[in-house]
Formats: sequence, structure tokens, C-alpha cells
Amino acid sequence: MNNSSTKGSLILSLVFLLVFLGFWQLVTTRIKSLPGPWPVAETAYYFLSDPFYDKGPNDQGIGTLALYSLGRLSLGFISGSLVAVILGVILGLNQVLFKAVNPYIQVLRAISPIAWMPLLLYSVQNSNITALLVVFMASVWPTLANTAFGVSSIKKDYISVSNILQMNPISRVFKVILPGAGPTIVAGLRISMGSAWVAVVPAEALLGTLGLGYFVWNEWNNLSLTSVIFAILIIGMVGVCIDFLFNKLAKGLAYVD
Amino acid sequence: MELLKVDRVSKYFQTTGKKQDYCVFKDVSLAVIEKEFVAVLGHSGCGKSTLLNIIAGIDNATRGYVFLDAKEIVGPGLERMVVFQNFALMPWLTVFGNIRIAVKAAYPAWNRHQINEWVQKYVDMVGLTGAEGKHPSELSGGMKQRVGLARAFCVQPRILLLDEPFAQIDALTRGVIQEELVRMWFKTGITIFMVTHDVDEAILLSDRILLMSPGPDAKIMDEIHVGIPRPRGRATIIEHPSYYAVRNRIIKFLSQREEPKPARTMNLVA
Repeated sequence: MNNSSTKGSLILSLVFLLVFLGFWQLVTTRIKSLPGPWPVAETAYYFLSDPFYDKGPNDQGIGTLALYSLGRLSLGFISGSLVAVILGVILGLNQVLFKAVNPYIQVLRAISPIAWMPLLLYSVQNSNITALLVVFMASVWPTLANTAFGVSSIKKDYISVSNILQMNPISRVFKVILPGAGPTIVAGLRISMGSAWVAVVPAEALLGTLGLGYFVWNEWNNLSLTSVIFAILIIGMVGVCIDFLFNKLAKGLAYVD
Repeated sequence: MELLKVDRVSKYFQTTGKKQDYCVFKDVSLAVIEKEFVAVLGHSGCGKSTLLNIIAGIDNATRGYVFLDAKEIVGPGLERMVVFQNFALMPWLTVFGNIRIAVKAAYPAWNRHQINEWVQKYVDMVGLTGAEGKHPSELSGGMKQRVGLARAFCVQPRILLLDEPFAQIDALTRGVIQEELVRMWFKTGITIFMVTHDVDEAILLSDRILLMSPGPDAKIMDEIHVGIPRPRGRATIIEHPSYYAVRNRIIKFLSQREEPKPARTMNLVA
């Protein structure tokens, strides 16, 4: 990367931040009840100076809440991805099955995971498991579609080589199919992770399970808009950190054809 | 002893909207004896690669049979290794890794040490010592095909199937690798079946050249025994008295476009 252009982008980013903060400040002078950047910064300092406090089951530090959300995200995402990759490999290797199932995948993935929530809550009668299932639902579809596509578009020659070498099914999957489709799968995982993180917040807010989404809703009920804005920022930052990790993973699995 | 036998193999492709299927080639029969180097020479699109894929077991014949060691071939197998025109190396594996998966597949009982030693032996044989850790994208075409050759030789197949192996390699490198291939063929005593459209390559490398007519309905029209003694060099082979006789006959065949005559054989012995 060109050094001077990186520097230019950085300066421009800072300019945009200042413009945004200025605009925000301007808006709050018009709408008096809306907190400006400064009160939010004070709130942020208050919450972040003791992120893991514990004042009873409904009043936990922001760090603890973030960990709750991340735990829920990881569990739902990992189980969803596992199912998606396994199904995706099966569909990718079986074109007839893929074509038969594809319309349903397209319908299912168009449904917001939040839309499943009432049905899931009614079925399992447990808000924590429901929240997990919502994250699971959000994680499955992009990875499933990408894995099936990635596996089905692996070069025929690689499959021929594995056939000639009479590789056993396990090494075929782990040595040829998964690495071959790796970059496409990771692209799917990245989209899945994004939509899972997007689903976590409303799921927690609506189900009242401890986490960042719950915090947002709780602070709204307390009419504490500074805390709501602070929570929004935290949610965004956590999302960026997760995406950064996936970027690293994608770079590790990329190959030049 | 007859190692490979292709018995009246035909290949048809289904064509949409037409009554008759497209016939790539019809009733192709040939035999390759042990330790022989046989080339099928023909125009691009005459179906010679399809024939090779059928022998490899990665494509199916519409009719006919292929036998190896008098046993009928069904599906691909380690005793028929293919060297691909476009190399078909796994881009996510290194040079060493690409050869290693073949060794691991061929000798599942071996331990890590034995496997690595065997891989290294073939890396050295094709002259890639020092490039073991490189990925295919970092290699030239010539080096890629060296990996392809090492991957094929290392499993010690009964027969090596070469599908226009040097077509994508620059002319200068091609000559060097061709001579190396002959040396490896000599050393290992393997049988080689190659398809190519390169006349000089066929004469330089083969014991016998089978000439395939252009498709559709391609057939093997003629057979030439290249009697030029080995070792043959790219520079010296052209001085051999029968070189031009062989070459002219092939060129004449390739440039004729009228109805093919029935097959016949001719021996050109030095």
C-alpha cells in the first residue's frame, strides 16, 4: 500500500469525524432534548471506567453485557456455520439436490431472523434459547449459499485429480473441497457474521435477555438517550472488530489460481 | 506384453434439438505394450483428449472397452496417472504439498518420514530442489509441469497418460522438459501414452505414433513406428535419415482434408 495515500485517507477520515461531530452538535442545539457529543462522551467514560460492575441481575457493566452478546453470537454463529458448511458441501457436490433445494434457501434467507422470533419463543418457551436460535437462523443462509456455490464451482480438474488419486472421502473434503471453496466460504461466513450481529441486538431487546440489545432497550425505557447513543457506538465498534478478524481469516485462506 | 488395450471405443455427445448425437470418435482400437511410448497425434478438437480421459477413467465411453493388464477399466485409478495440459495443481498447496497428497494417497500405510523422503526424491528428480515451499502461482509453466510430472511419477503408476503436457510451456523450456521426460521414462521403465498436436514432439518422444483423423467420427487412420534410435536429441534427431520421411508423412496426413482412407501400417526402421 502506498504510504502517502494511506496518510491521506487517515487525514480525510479524521476530517469526516469532525464534520460528523459538528453536525451532531448543530442538531442538538435545535432539538434541545437530544444529547450532544459531550454528554455521550461523559457517559462513555462513566460506563467504561468500570465495565464489569455487578449491581444485581438486571444491572451489569457494559463489558459484561458485551460479553453476553458476544457469547450468544459465537454460540449461534458457530453452530449455524457448522450446519451451513456441512449442508453446503453436500449440496455443492450434488447438483440435482442443489437445484431442488435452492428455491427454498432463497425464500428462507429472505426472511428476517427476527420474524421467526415469536414462533420460536412459542415453541421453546425460553428466551435465552430463542435468542440463540435467532442468531443461528441469521448465520445459516449466506454461508450455506456461498458454500454450495463455492464447492460446485471448484475446478473440475481438481476433482479429477482427487478421483485419480482415489483419495478417501475425508481427505477429499479436507484437502481438496474445503480449501478449494475456502475463500468463497469465508466470504459467506463474513456476511453471516454481519447478519448474526445485526440480529443479536433486536433479539436481546425484544426477549429481555442480558446483552447489549437489552441495554439499549432498557436505557430507552429509562429515557436515557445518552446511554442509548453510547450503546449504539459500542455495538458498531464490536462489529468492526469482528469483521477485522474475518478479514485476517480471508487473507489466510486466499489463493492465487 | 500388451499393457493397455482400447477395444472399439466410441464417444457420442448428446446434442440438444438434433435427432442424432454428435459422434466424437468411433470404434477406436489401439494397444500399448509395456515400456512403450505411444503418442496419438491429431488436430485440436479431434477428440484425442477425450480418448485419454476415457482411458484415465474420468470420462465415460459411449461404447467399447478399455483394458489394463487384461482387466477392464471402470473409473479412475492410481495405476493410470494423468499429467494435465493445464497442470491441475492445487493452488492452495505448495510444490511439496501437491506431490505429498499423491504420495499419501498411494501409500496410506507409510509414516510421515517415509512420505516426506519419497516426496523429496521426486522433487529432486524433476529438478525442483529449493522450490518445495513455493505455490503454483509463483512458478513458471515449465516448473508447474515439473510438479505435474513428479506428482504422476511418484505414485509409480502402470501407465502414464500425458494430455498435451507441454502445450502451455514456452518453446525453449519445452525442449528441456521433453528430454527430461525421456530420461525419467528410461530410468523408471514406465509405459507412456500421450496425446499431442505437436509433430516434432511426437517424433522426438515416441516409439509409435497413431494418427487420428479430425472429428466428427474421428478414427485412428494410420500408425507410424518411429525407428530413430535413442537417445534422441532435439538437435541431432533432425539429422537422422528417416526423420524427414516420418515428418513429411505426418504433415501430409494432417493437411489432407478429404475422406480418410482405411487404416494401414508402415514401418520405418533405421
